[in-house]
Order: sequence, then C-alpha cells, then structure tokens
Amino acid sequence: MKLSSRHLLGLDGVPQKDIQLILDTAVSFKEILNRPIKKVPPLQGKTIVNLFFENSTRTRISFELAQRRLSADVVNFAASGSSVSKGETLKDTARNIEAMKIDMVVIRHASAGAAHFLTKVVQANVINAGDGAHEHPTQGLLDMYTLREKFGSLAGLRVCIVGDILNSRVARSNIYGLKTMGADVSVCGPATLIPRDIECLGVKVYHHLDDVLPQVDAVNVLRIQLERASAGLFPSLREYHRFFGVTSERLNKVNRPITVLHPGPINRDVELSADVADGPHSLILEQVLNGVAVRMAVLYLLGLNETP
Amino acid sequence: MSTIQSIIDAKGFARTVNRLAHEIVECNKGAETLGIVGIRTRGEFLARRIAQAILQTEGVTVPFGTLDITLYRDDLRGRLSQPQLKTTNILYDITGKNIILVDDVLFTGRTIRSALNALMDLGRPASIQLAVFIDRGHRELPIKADFVGKNIPTSNDQEIKVLMTETDGEEGVQLVSHTQEGGIQ
Repeated sequence: MKLSSRHLLGLDGVPQKDIQLILDTAVSFKEILNRPIKKVPPLQGKTIVNLFFENSTRTRISFELAQRRLSADVVNFAASGSSVSKGETLKDTARNIEAMKIDMVVIRHASAGAAHFLTKVVQANVINAGDGAHEHPTQGLLDMYTLREKFGSLAGLRVCIVGDILNSRVARSNIYGLKTMGADVSVCGPATLIPRDIECLGVKVYHHLDDVLPQVDAVNVLRIQLERASAGLFPSLREYHRFFGVTSERLNKVNRPITVLHPGPINRDVELSADVADGPHSLILEQVLNGVAVRMAVLYLLGLNETP
Repeated sequence: MSTIQSIIDAKGFARTVNRLAHEIVECNKGAETLGIVGIRTRGEFLARRIAQAILQTEGVTVPFGTLDITLYRDDLRGRLSQPQLKTTNILYDITGKNIILVDDVLFTGRTIRSALNALMDLGRPASIQLAVFIDRGHRELPIKADFVGKNIPTSNDQEIKVLMTETDGEEGVQLVSHTQEGGIQ
C-alpha cells in the first residue's frame, strides 16, 4: 500500500489506485477531526514548510491544520516580507530553505510548473497547492471526496464545472481526477472563458446552463475573478450572473435536487446566488472540512513514502 | 517446510471466550463500569464475542468500540509498504470507564503500547485492562496481560494463527513451525 510518486504535482496521470488510496485514507482522518483531541502522531519529527507566493486563506489554513494534526513541525513563508522581494530566485529560496533540513514543501505559485521545478532542485517531498492556471490537486481531491461521500461512488457520476475554465486550476484538477475515476464531466461557461480544444480532455462543452443542468447530478461552480470583466472577456458581472449564475430559479426547473460545490471564496450573487450557497443542496462547508481530512491523507501518504 | 499444529479447536475456542468473559466480570465486580475496545482486525471480533458472552451471563450490554493503531505504530518509517489505515470507531466516551483492551496475540508488546497511546488520546479511562487470547512470550516492552486465554511458549521462528469465522471461515488456534530445509535443527 503506497502511492506511486513521492510528490503530488497534479492529478494528470495519477493512477486510479492512488486516488482511491488517498480518498480511502481520508475517511479515517475525517473521523479524527470529529474527536475532542484532534491530533495523532505519525509525522512527529517531520518538518514541513508552506511556501506561499500567492495570497491564500483557506488553502493555507487547511494545510497548516492538517500538518499540525499529524504532529508535524510547520514553518510558514509568505512572499511579501521575504527575500523574494529582494530579488531572490525560486531556486535559491528553495535550496536555502532545504539547507535547514526540511522534509516536505507545500508550494503555491503564480507560475504553472513551479512545483514541478522544485522537485528538480530539492530532495523534499513536494505538494502543489496551486500553480498558475495549471493544477490544484488537493482541491480536486477534496471535491471528489465530497462527491463520493454524498453519492457513494464517482463512477458514472455526472458533474458539470461552471465558470471560468480557461484560467482555473481547480477545473483542470477536477477534470483529470474525475475522468480517471470514471465520472462523466462537462464544462459550461461563456465561449471566451472555455479553452479551445478542451474536448480532447474528454469533457462535453455547453454554453447554456439550462441545457446542461437537466443532465447532471452535481455542479462545481467556479469563482469569477472580478478583474476578468474589465479584461473584456464578458461585458459585466450582472450579465454574467444573468447567463451563468447558478440560481434557485434555474435549479428548480429541474425536477430533482442538484448538488452544489464551490471551491471558495464565493462572489455571492455573481456566479452563485446566496440562497443556493446557503441552501440544503450546497456542500460548500462540507468541502472545507473534507479539505483538512484529504490534505492529512496526502501528507501522511507522501510523508512516510521515503524511498525515492 | 512448515508444520501446523492445532492448539485450540472450535469448541475450546468458545470455552476460552466464555472463561475470559467470566474472569473480566469477576475481577471488576460486575460489568456496569466496563467498556470494551478491540484492536483491529481480530481483536475487534474477539472483543465482540466477549461482549456477547458478558451480555449472556450478566445481562449487561457493554459499550463496544474498535481501535485502529496504525497512526501510533513505532515502525511507520522506513517500511517499503505502508499499512492500510483503518478507522477507529469508539462511539462512547471512555473517560471514567474501566476499559478492557482486547487483542488476539500478545507478542512483543509494541501493538499494546501503540494502543495505550491511542486510547489516551481519546479520553481518560478509570483503568485499562488487557485481555489477550494467546500470550506467546518474547516481550520487548514491559507489558503484561490481565486476562490470558492461553499461554503458549514459542520460539521466534514459529507463528501463532488465531482463526476466526469472520476473517478465516473457521475457528481455532494453530501453531505454525517453519523449519528450514537442510538447515541446522
């Protein structure tokens, strides 16, 4: 029983049995999160550094909680106020940190491939916490965990990812992971925000929410970056909401409940109406709790996978 | 070459479970304060049997739970394969209870050390007592069982197999001796 890689850089190419092992392991960790004493010792003596070159609240807190609950020693790094602002390269930053005997690195960076680059320059296990518009594998895994917990299995599950697919690392990780697990994946958004040739990843493309909603069991609603409107990719946030906002009126047209996920943070009443976000079919807060359990599973499985 | 010797058969198995249950109740002057916890995998099924036996003799349902000790093992590092993590499932508060910790074979004592730490992270029991089906010796830690089904002195290259219906389809205890072919006896 072990993962086939020492690193988690993305879900592209990760075998089904590895995803299965991570999701199964996370079930055991979720039980620990419901105990009065939420701490277990397996990563005692391991030192983990969180290298966050981009802003993040939930992912950083979630990783840090997961690390502390496994009894690891945690060092946090934020790009602002560090030597990066003095012009140090990623390679030098990483090697300097590693010289201080770090066992694992969690990295978030604006450039795609930053995590992959790190694996070439350091010996530590590397976990990608989001690299540019490439992948965000732990988010993909926690979305899959949440769906599996709700529906029992991912095989044959029909999931639509709605919003800015072009710039979304969450979308890519979800597509790769869900396809590996046998789910039926579609994407929906304005043509300007859907990458050309995305069909080659095996997803169906829709440009009207009302066409796709009757065909799915769950929607994963992505955050619309407010600056995309000023970049001319769609006319205004109001118009985006009218055409692509997931609202209760739209969901009610379908005669069965559709489960709603959102990776956060939500722009209320832009991509998701407030009543749906707080409604009975929203699993958004469940995703946050599951995020800690899934990250514990990844850290545990990689942290004890020492042989290169 | 390996030879298999049956130590306890199915009938003897049931008798031993009953005796363990009686001893536990006698020693604790009843079953009202007890909680029972089985260590996965076979300890869980043994614990269930003991709880059933206590219910039959005393008419008391003892709260039951299962403990997975994987995260507390001292040999997690440097293994080629990671042990499968299972779920701890103890739905009652162990604080203040006299906990009977159940496992199938007591050998080095390392599993029990892990289990004690795992239990302490779940609460503060009034006491923890250890019940094992077989004590085969070779302790590496200062640990002793309070209730023992049977003491079987073994050598290091022998193996004790506790068979249970739930996992093996039959019931009993076997002593497996591995003799190396052509080796010095």
